Amino acid sequence: MPVSTGPAGPGTAEPGSGLTDQLKAGLDAPICLTWEITYGCNLACIHCLSSSGRRDRRELTTSEAQAVIDELHDLQVFYVNIGGGEPTIRSDFYDLVDYAVGRGVGVKFSTNGSTITGERARRLAGADYVDVQISIDGADAATNDAVRGEGSYAVARRAMDHLADAGFGPFKISVVVTRQNTGQLDAFEALAAAYGAQLRLTRLRPSGRGADSWARLHPTQAQQVDLYHWLLDRPDVLTGDSFFHLSALGEALPGLNLCGAGRVVCLIDPIGDVYACPFVLHPEFRAGSVRDPGGFARVWRQSELFLELRQPASAGACASCGSYDACQGGCMAAKFFTGLPLDGPDPECVKGLGEVLLGQRAGTAPSPGPGHSVPVRLRSRLRDSTR
Amino acid sequence: MTEFTGGFDASARYRLDPQVALRPEPFGALAYHYGSRRLTFLRSARLAEMVRDLEHHDSVQAAVNASVPEVQRPAYLRALASLADSRFIRAC
Repeated sequence: MPVSTGPAGPGTAEPGSGLTDQLKAGLDAPICLTWEITYGCNLACIHCLSSSGRRDRRELTTSEAQAVIDELHDLQVFYVNIGGGEPTIRSDFYDLVDYAVGRGVGVKFSTNGSTITGERARRLAGADYVDVQISIDGADAATNDAVRGEGSYAVARRAMDHLADAGFGPFKISVVVTRQNTGQLDAFEALAAAYGAQLRLTRLRPSGRGADSWARLHPTQAQQVDLYHWLLDRPDVLTGDSFFHLSALGEALPGLNLCGAGRVVCLIDPIGDVYACPFVLHPEFRAGSVRDPGGFARVWRQSELFLELRQPASAGACASCGSYDACQGGCMAAKFFTGLPLDGPDPECVKGLGEVLLGQRAGTAPSPGPGHSVPVRLRSRLRDSTR
Repeated sequence: MTEFTGGFDASARYRLDPQVALRPEPFGALAYHYGSRRLTFLRSARLAEMVRDLEHHDSVQAAVNASVPEVQRPAYLRALASLADSRFIRAC
């Protein structure tokens, strides 16, 4: 989502300005809401932040999901990012998309592409207010499949072909930046351009199964510097504001440049639990459930966790660093799942302060838990229809 | 048909684009454009109210004059010009 902080003044949204402070203090409803509607997935990506695989029998029913959409409509949440798991394996997925759009809640959904047939792409091309985001994590099959599983690159490319052939328009190609693919940024850009698609890059977090793979997948310091300059030169590349820790390298990257967890963003998981952001599926960051009395709105507005996250944060160990205003101490989830204190440097702090701490605190990271890590098989009917 | 978007004309009548939704917030309002999928912050309640009622004034300048002290008018006009540029408001 492109967010412009500048133009609709009066004033500007510099760090420390009134707007940034007000965003930190929380909004009446989230700007950006991620909703993972199933833990079921036919892939088993080694960095999956929700450790998805098999469905959870407690997942929201169709009518419960519709009630969530009704609430989002009442709260004037303009659009929702739907993910999973692989959201399209829910048999009611497109009914829920239609229901949301019918209620004025736009939908952007993330998919690995395995259910995007030619026919489905044509139907999507005819839908207003629906954005599609296809995930790949390598610009070639070898790089991608090492993370997302054998054959997943070909499947994603086929889905992109279908969307392009159907005239869907600018779908999004979403890439998690890793040590293995940082050298392919130009290739991703070229791929997106060839499809008339928009490139979206996001940061790898040590969440879910990423806790086990982060150490060997996260970019090196030199790669972070390259990435920073690459992004500065390309303000149109979408990032979900996820690289704000890089702003400590100099000029701020475009975007809000603050941790929005519980302030402007949150996550609803497949069983209706509400977490501070998509990267902290852990009991410590669970604010409540949409099934609680008062529903989502009450969780957003009154949960103890969210109210606490909206209090001014202490810079802690970062207080004496001249870059704190630029990077805000980085990502809460990255710190939490690497065992670092939340009021200190990010593990990928560009000054190297996080690395020092990581060395001292080895073995203290909390477990993300086993999650739902057994992939489901797509039913044969589905497989047949994709041929 | 190609639409003329080059110049913002404060002496013309403008309106909120029908594809834009406004959500009141403590700092003013959030504006979301369903067509371009862009989100922007209207950073004062007065600006939000003005944008909502823009079409009821004969011109943008008249709308600004009606509710904004003289010293602040240039800032409001800049904000409105930028909203016109990003198609959140358009000439009637």
